[in-house]
Amino acid sequence: MTNLQLLWFLLIGVLFSGFFFLEGFDFGIGMAIRFFGKDQAERDTIIQTIGPHWDGNEVWLITAGGAMFASFPMWYASLFSGYYIVLFLILVALIFRGVSFEFRANMETARWRHFWEWAATIGSFCAAFLFGMMFTSMIQGVPMDAEGNVIGTFTTYVNWLSLVGGVAVTLMCFIHGLNFLQLKTIGSLRDRAQAWNKILYPLLIVGEVLFVVLLFIFTDFFKLKAASTWGILIVLVVLTLLAWWGVAGQHNWVAFLSSGLSLISIVVLIFNGIFPRVMIGANNVHSILIKNASSSPYTLHLMTILAFTLLPIVLIYFIWSYWVFYKRLKSPNKDVKAA
Amino acid sequence: MLNVGLSMLSLSRFQFAMTTVFHFFFVPFSIGLAFIVAVMETIYVVKKDKTYQKMVQFWGKIFLYSFAVGVVTGIIQEFQFGMNWSEYSRFMGDIFGAPLAIEALAAFFLESTFIGLWMFTWDRFKPGIHALFIWLVAFGSSLSALWILAANSFMQNPVGYMINAKTGRVQMTSFSQVLTNPQLWNEFPHVIFGAGVTAAFVVAGCAAWRLLKKDHEDFYRKTLKVVLVIGLLASVGSIVSGDSSARYVVKDQPMKFAAMEGLYKNSTNKGEWAAIASFDTKNHKTNWSIDIPYVLNILSYHKLSGTVKGQNTVNKELKAKYAGQKGKELKSYYVPTKTLFWSFRVMSGAGALFALVAIIGLFFNRKKSQAIMKQRWFLYVLGLCLWLPFIVNSAGWFITEFGRYPWVVYGLLTIADAVSPTSTVASLLFTNIVYFCLFAGLGMVMIVLSHRVLKAGPDSVETNNYSSVKDAPEAKVEDPFGQEAFNHD
Repeated sequence: MTNLQLLWFLLIGVLFSGFFFLEGFDFGIGMAIRFFGKDQAERDTIIQTIGPHWDGNEVWLITAGGAMFASFPMWYASLFSGYYIVLFLILVALIFRGVSFEFRANMETARWRHFWEWAATIGSFCAAFLFGMMFTSMIQGVPMDAEGNVIGTFTTYVNWLSLVGGVAVTLMCFIHGLNFLQLKTIGSLRDRAQAWNKILYPLLIVGEVLFVVLLFIFTDFFKLKAASTWGILIVLVVLTLLAWWGVAGQHNWVAFLSSGLSLISIVVLIFNGIFPRVMIGANNVHSILIKNASSSPYTLHLMTILAFTLLPIVLIYFIWSYWVFYKRLKSPNKDVKAA
Repeated sequence: MLNVGLSMLSLSRFQFAMTTVFHFFFVPFSIGLAFIVAVMETIYVVKKDKTYQKMVQFWGKIFLYSFAVGVVTGIIQEFQFGMNWSEYSRFMGDIFGAPLAIEALAAFFLESTFIGLWMFTWDRFKPGIHALFIWLVAFGSSLSALWILAANSFMQNPVGYMINAKTGRVQMTSFSQVLTNPQLWNEFPHVIFGAGVTAAFVVAGCAAWRLLKKDHEDFYRKTLKVVLVIGLLASVGSIVSGDSSARYVVKDQPMKFAAMEGLYKNSTNKGEWAAIASFDTKNHKTNWSIDIPYVLNILSYHKLSGTVKGQNTVNKELKAKYAGQKGKELKSYYVPTKTLFWSFRVMSGAGALFALVAIIGLFFNRKKSQAIMKQRWFLYVLGLCLWLPFIVNSAGWFITEFGRYPWVVYGLLTIADAVSPTSTVASLLFTNIVYFCLFAGLGMVMIVLSHRVLKAGPDSVETNNYSSVKDAPEAKVEDPFGQEAFNHD
């Protein structure tokens, strides 16, 4: 494995981390539209919190996918063709939620407005769940042939670990979304988001414990990398507790950053666990390794130069766009009656 | 399995065609409209005429719908290379992935971030700065076209690569050659001008329908003036770049060009160009055609003399060239002649029509003249032109992509060898049906919403102005994409 290959493995991890941190609260906000928002005005405010941001957040996914294609074509080809139906369902979910915000705002009847609200909510819910399911089933060892073609059956994708993983990621996104809501709103919306998260955090901790047990049974993470795996899991739990503390004490920033970082720690856990592979084969002989999956040194070199030139510029205006909208939103309940 | 002649390959190809064509309804429209809206906002900043501000917000609303659908259908494109064409992805990843990743990093971040800023900051920035945001969106979306076309151009005309002896896969040797691919610099301007034509004539068509109803005469006539000027420049640009592309294709992909012109036999020195023709594709011959002398040579070489190779000749040459080469030796190299022949006639005919309509429109729409209101036939023509760009854009891609048959990467990899071995007919059938229904639904919502915006008229979006958020009427609080969306405490 060359340094460039290692660097790009890490960069793919960074891009997915950015995706889960940012799209994580987008998904959470999306779910909150119908599960949490009580009336028209509240739902308006909830959607407004991510209005200027969700599109840019989704670009992290597109960049991660593109970067994976560019740097590890064998990984991209095996993963994307192997997870055909899962990714297809993710696409459908992303399509529905992607158009829902713009379409909903321009519907004339309450019924159609509700339709697009549900599209956003169910779309966000499914996307989060399916991403969780995909990444937690991938780490168990996937049946593959020598060419890297996945020969999966239903249980390759749907099994105890991937179901719990899917639910855990969904819950984490929802909680993360509510933490974002507390950061961006005032009044009853913020208070209720706090109250909900106070209840959801114990639930998440139970889920995390279950996840760790299943991780122990279904993956080789503890066998191959016991120390680092435990280390990351401890960080995950500490972050969860910290976020809980932040919620309880109304330290909105602490809660939000911790819930975001705990999503990132899941990405780190997975990338740490699969290293030095990119795809774990059910038969270990067929595992795809970093050293065999990458593009040529020329392409990796080129991509490195481009990434390190472009990414800092992107980050500057990306962060600036958040700074422009950093203030809290007006309370929806002051002047608007329930719909 | 299902014995209705549906193979994995044809279903994968159908899916790619369907998703790309649908995606490409919105892409050129969004790129072009971003430029048009940017021009309108610039005129507003310079002239401080409120009509232009209204124009920006009015057409900007339709732009946002199109952008949203373009984004969500774009994700399908990126995913489907891996999902349906995994062998292609393995073979081409070294070259194809890089422009795709750069597209996301350099272009998608730019457009998505600044579109968010543009939508929500009418009252927060000076008009000049706000106009800059939409210019950045327009710039970002054109930049994305450049990168994806760089990838496509490699598939049409591979340059700057070698075949890795060990893996048998393509490997990049020169990024600058990939970027200076002559194919790219024929394709990219043509696509950008085409985008300008698309948006200009859709907007002009909408305006024409409203003018027929004598609705907001001043507003729509000013709109017409802006978009017809852009439409004229863009259609002239697309004719010039199209001409250059055609002359390039004669040399680079003779099979594609021969099919575009319906030539099976080599042309004679007289350069007879078939205006219309009937083909017997099975026996590779032309049944009958109506010919105009010299046109073919003018199109191909800008000269009166010369000959163009027919498909039969090219087929023989390619057979000799690839004989004995594994994966490249095929029974025949003919491309779908009828599709290319008619697509080319639709595209080039419409290109000329657009330029003509723009000129007449600008003439009728002179400031002091009422001609445009009296010449109702012309408004009907303009109104019908609304739908034409979508057909023309698809025709253009049909020529480009069908003309590459049977290759997915010209001369290197056939379509049949590119498909995912893991796909199944059942799953492809399922996804095709779902995509089809989704697209039909999205297309319908798009049309209904745009129609609603038009019917409501330019005054209905007046709340999106530069005034303070505090003055916003309460009713608009419902709109999370209105400027009052970020009413801060």
